[in-house]
Amino acid sequence: MSLSTIIFYLLATLTLVSGFLAVTTKHIFRAAIYLLFSLLFIAGIYFWMHYEFIAAVQIVVYVGGIVVLIIFSIFLTHQSGQNLPKQKLGRTIFSALAALCGFILILVQVYQHQFVGTIERSVEASISNIGSQMLGVSDNGYALPFEVVSMLLLAAMVGCIVIALRTPKEIKEGGL
Amino acid sequence: MQPGLNQILFISTALFFIGVYGFFTRRNLVTILMSVELVLNSVNLNFIAFNKYLWPNRLDGVFFTVFIIAIAAAEAAVAIAIIINLYRNHQSIDVEKAEEMKY
Amino acid sequence: MPNAIYIALIPLLPLAGFLLLGLFGRRIFKNNSGVIGTLLMMCATIISLYVAYGYFFEYGKVNGVYQKLIPFKYAWLVFSKDLSIDMGITLDPISVMMLVVVTFISLMVHVFSLAYMKGEERFSTFYAFLSLFTFSMLGLVISSNIFQIYIFWELVGVSSFLLIGYYYDRPSAVAASKKAFIVTRFADLGFLIGILVLSFYSGTLDFNELISRLTAPGSDQLKAAVTSSFMGISAITWGTFLIFIGGAGKSAMFPLHVWLPDAMEGPTPVSALIHAATMVVAGVYLVARLFPVFAMAAPDSLQIVAYVGAVSALLAAVIACTQTDIKRVLAYSTMSQIGYMMFALGVAKYGGENGLGYTASMFHLFTHAMFKALLFLCAGAVIHFVHSNEMADMGGLRKKLPVTHIAFLIACLSIAGIPPFSGFFSKEEILLAAWQQNRTIYWIGLITSGMTAFYMFRLYFSIFWNRDFNDHHSAHNHHGEGGGLITIPLIILAIGSIVSGFIPFGNFVSSDGSRLATGFHASFSIMPVSIGVIGILIAGWLYKKQSDKPDKISSSLNGLYKTAYHKFYIDEIYLFITKKILFNLVGRPAAWFDRNVVDGLVNFTGNTTQVISEKIKGIQSGKVQQYAIYFLIGAIGLAALIIYW
Repeated sequence: MSLSTIIFYLLATLTLVSGFLAVTTKHIFRAAIYLLFSLLFIAGIYFWMHYEFIAAVQIVVYVGGIVVLIIFSIFLTHQSGQNLPKQKLGRTIFSALAALCGFILILVQVYQHQFVGTIERSVEASISNIGSQMLGVSDNGYALPFEVVSMLLLAAMVGCIVIALRTPKEIKEGGL
Repeated sequence: MQPGLNQILFISTALFFIGVYGFFTRRNLVTILMSVELVLNSVNLNFIAFNKYLWPNRLDGVFFTVFIIAIAAAEAAVAIAIIINLYRNHQSIDVEKAEEMKY
Repeated sequence: MPNAIYIALIPLLPLAGFLLLGLFGRRIFKNNSGVIGTLLMMCATIISLYVAYGYFFEYGKVNGVYQKLIPFKYAWLVFSKDLSIDMGITLDPISVMMLVVVTFISLMVHVFSLAYMKGEERFSTFYAFLSLFTFSMLGLVISSNIFQIYIFWELVGVSSFLLIGYYYDRPSAVAASKKAFIVTRFADLGFLIGILVLSFYSGTLDFNELISRLTAPGSDQLKAAVTSSFMGISAITWGTFLIFIGGAGKSAMFPLHVWLPDAMEGPTPVSALIHAATMVVAGVYLVARLFPVFAMAAPDSLQIVAYVGAVSALLAAVIACTQTDIKRVLAYSTMSQIGYMMFALGVAKYGGENGLGYTASMFHLFTHAMFKALLFLCAGAVIHFVHSNEMADMGGLRKKLPVTHIAFLIACLSIAGIPPFSGFFSKEEILLAAWQQNRTIYWIGLITSGMTAFYMFRLYFSIFWNRDFNDHHSAHNHHGEGGGLITIPLIILAIGSIVSGFIPFGNFVSSDGSRLATGFHASFSIMPVSIGVIGILIAGWLYKKQSDKPDKISSSLNGLYKTAYHKFYIDEIYLFITKKILFNLVGRPAAWFDRNVVDGLVNFTGNTTQVISEKIKGIQSGKVQQYAIYFLIGAIGLAALIIYW
């Protein structure tokens, strides 16, 4: 068993364990930290697969951006140290069963299916390749989706500001 | 066992349903948002795996992943704006309490 | 050829008035509404007089025969190549004459109402309704298509309904308007079926086509209509008879007359316009319009027309002798006079000298419109003065209301058939026509004529003579006769009642359009005139001075008097039939079925839905996570289904 294999299984285990803890732990702050680790290990898997750019994006956007945003909102909306409200047992069991059923269904499908890949020469996922194709307008270019996504981001930005903005009445009454 | 496509798909499926489970059982909106992030990550992993093992001659999976990450960031921002707004109106972000839209 | 645009203006001006006053009258025009309506009406009157002049003296006549002109026709609703509902204008002698009558009387009533209705809260609504009525009536008159006439026929019915129920806060007015609407509507059902029968056999709805197809001897359509029969009576007789039922309903012919006396609940000018001069003669007009079909293809129906008219004339005259409400007397006299017109049509034949009845009927329609509108407007002036409809409250008014008195006298002489007033000429012609064709009807007409003279002068003497007017409610009698707006229409109509008899009607209107020579038969006139004079004398003897003679006579004729006073119990018979028989045998079972079976089904559906939704509404809990679980389970289930099916 090569080192690479060991690393892979290690990463996989850590990802799943920290992901599982992130959804089950009672402390919200810990949940955020477990999530952060889970995302980091996923970035590790990307590294293992030699997709360094994606791994970097994962770390920068998820770990550096989204998780920080989440922690921020925890601060805004929570007295820290408080335990999360407990869910009813029946709901927990039912959800676990439903998730398990879906999991098994999909796994069975995955293992039954014969995946057939291409045999053509592979393209290196280097930053220059990704960059030129992302903005390319040729056959494999992604300029249009890129523009669309940029529009979406703009709209989302405007949207959050509008949603989070307090109305003048609320400002007068004080509060958050 | 040599890790390959099936192993990665196993991880992503497991991660997906961990996220779904969290989505169902958590009552706090922020933690629900975290579960959603897990689900999105499992999908990213899928795309990358397919790109690597089945179509290494293309970069489509990579692009999808990049776009999903971008959209996830936007979604997180919007979600948090909504959470804050909800908190302002309810002094709580418990989804069980935000149930005005019923019969 | 006349210009279609300004002929179309005749009905369109009142329509414009209706829209204008109906939409903006109460807010913007307020008390000016009457003036606006009257001015529009005046324009329409002038145009129609101009058209009448043009038609009768310039372009209407070709080779001595008045033509039927259709200056405008628009296929409004096309069913097939041959069958379409058109909106058109017909000009022929009777439609042109009716245009003049309707616009002229309407104008008079508009002017009269300016004073009579002054201060009413719904003044502008009144004028809007008047305009609507005038529009519908004019549309009816110029229709070129049998379905067009039906549309306007119903519109006329609606506006009559609205105007009878004008004082909607009086229960009696509401009841009267409902009664009028239902009775005429019931008759219109016959009209509609008649239209369907005739148009089915003739294959057209156009008047010209229909008449020419159903009267041409040996045409396929006529053969089919004559040979096919139902209950032993040919289809064409059925068709014309059913159309006559529609006409009888509108024209208050026995036994569909019950609505007319009650319709007097409307404002008096309305009674003058609608229930005396114009709308009620629509039935006569309808029969006249289809006269060739009646005369050539369905003589049996024409026979029915004659007898229904005669019976109505006599019956109404008998009832009129006993009534005490002056408007009701006038209503019954209207019915009686329309009966005259009907039987005059009934005894006429198509073409030549035999068509005298047709000319006489139209002539009487014309003169009757004048003097009956005059009578009603006078009655309006009297009621305006004494604030009562009852004869008992009147008497000795000749000093107080001099103009009204003279006008009323002229109208009474006219309706009684005393020369040289207009009624004499038209009635003479009718009686002559009846004499030539059917002696039974002639005698009925003659008796009716005498009774007409009697009850009209009974009315006249009771109002203006009898006893001195006792001034016990002089407090609100300070207004006197009521100014020029009241008296001018009376004077104009009185002049009309005098001179209209001298119009040589036979020159203009005849059954086939050619000139009809009507001689004045002095020898023939002796009998009707002397009977009229006798009637007047009896009335004068009984009612000129206050006395107990009328009471004595009425008590000696106890049974007959009572029966007549109660209008021969026809209303009661109707009530018995509807309330006791129809309601119990048909209405109640139908209501039971509706309440229990139909409603039951509907309620069952509703209740079931409610119960089920009550049970399953918990699913809609408002909890997002539950929804997500349902969603996931559904998705997994569907996936499994698709994969493993």
